[in-house]
Amino acid sequence: MPHTASLTVLGAAESGPLNEYLPVLMLLLFSISFAALNIIVSWALGKRGQRNPDKDSAFECGLPPLESGRQRFSVKFYVVAMLFIIFDVEVVFLYPWAIVYQDLGWFAFFEMLLFLGVLFLGWAYVVRKGALDFSSRPQPGRIPGGPQR
Amino acid sequence: MNEFFAEYPLVFTMATTLAKIVLFTHIGLILAAYMPWVERKVSAWMQDRVGPNRVGYAGLGQPIADALKFIFKEDPVPGHVDKVLFTLAPALTVIPAILVLAVVPFAPAVSLFGQTAQMAIADLSVGILFVFAFSSLAVYGITLAGWASNSKYPLIGGVRSAAQMVSYELCLGLSVVGVFMAAQTLRLTDIVELQVDGYWNMFTQPIGFLVFVIAAFAETNRLPFDLPEAETELVAGYHTEYGSMKFAMFFAGEYMAMFVFSCLVAVLFMGGWDVPFMSNESFAALGNWGAALGFVAFLTKVLLFLFFYVWVRFTIPRFKFDQLMHLGWKVLIPLSLLNILWAGLWNMPS
Repeated sequence: MPHTASLTVLGAAESGPLNEYLPVLMLLLFSISFAALNIIVSWALGKRGQRNPDKDSAFECGLPPLESGRQRFSVKFYVVAMLFIIFDVEVVFLYPWAIVYQDLGWFAFFEMLLFLGVLFLGWAYVVRKGALDFSSRPQPGRIPGGPQR
Repeated sequence: MNEFFAEYPLVFTMATTLAKIVLFTHIGLILAAYMPWVERKVSAWMQDRVGPNRVGYAGLGQPIADALKFIFKEDPVPGHVDKVLFTLAPALTVIPAILVLAVVPFAPAVSLFGQTAQMAIADLSVGILFVFAFSSLAVYGITLAGWASNSKYPLIGGVRSAAQMVSYELCLGLSVVGVFMAAQTLRLTDIVELQVDGYWNMFTQPIGFLVFVIAAFAETNRLPFDLPEAETELVAGYHTEYGSMKFAMFFAGEYMAMFVFSCLVAVLFMGGWDVPFMSNESFAALGNWGAALGFVAFLTKVLLFLFFYVWVRFTIPRFKFDQLMHLGWKVLIPLSLLNILWAGLWNMPS
């Protein structure tokens, strides 16, 4: 059996704390090389086409594109993103609690009932404010027949 | 061999890891390649048509023919796009989809050369957190594709996808809390082993199961939630400007994500590799044959769930965007909170 220096190092590294993540790193390298290979192969073997103005313009069902491709979009998408951050952080708080739930018993149950109650109140407030209403039905404050933004 | 691996366990770990990566990712990629064929065939059966039948027996060569055509077609990068992000976006959808496979346990542990090898690529103690960390990165790929394309339909598709995926990630995250409360761990292997000896989580937590399945459809942008690429209104959504292999990578990423979510449903709610009336002891008693049996059982569940994906696609029509947001925020979130309450009472130590 070969006792080379490098193999001894490999044997000793078994107890390292990051050893668990070595396979993840290997899979990461695999997936990156898979993605890169796809792009490179298609670039190298693909047919070389000729450029023309029509091909270089944004697709708009065969018509020349009007205005910029980067249009404005509804502010509601930003609201959804912000609400996501708030609620997602609260979900993260639930995880460690769930892991030790059976050790803590009824205490943990009522503590989290309180927490979820607050979370639910916040949710009800958001719903009542109409922050999640995406339908374009007429709403108070909106000019009838005006531009639907 | 046994002595060598006993002395250098890391060599054993590296070798088995490499083998597992090659095996599991290829199962995923081959399934991802053949799912479009399955989808076309199943839809044909459902609609009384023939489906693909030209390339090879029963059209089985179709995915290979498609892949070759993708490779040899022109790789278009239109002049108006942001070239770096345009190239990066398909990679960013496919990489997280493959990475999530790292923590999925495919079978009970196998013993080889006197060593034990877990049948997950990396059996992390933070399993589920890892899953959410990487599966949520997929939203970057789609949103960046929409933005980099510098065109109207992709932009709308990308923005919609961002809103949809973050909304349903919330339900996804909440619906699995009940599973942790039952299992007291985030490690997926332990969650499966608990279900092998006890009940499957889909029976003890039906609400959580329902919410998770619905959110899995939304997270993978599948019908009835495929608004980011709604053909009838957005041409092709976020990949309108894409062609050739880059387009194929979005496709591969989507089907890989479907495969991964099918695996997760099987692991978290359907008992993973469990076969009814088997316990951890009976699996251990069968040795490596037990692992093989578990592997077959697991793949069966995954394939059944993939079929369910296709079945739903050709059964339920697409949601409108306001209906989608309504379902995600106003129905599924209260339901998943209810599931936590249910799981709290069910798993109360007495």
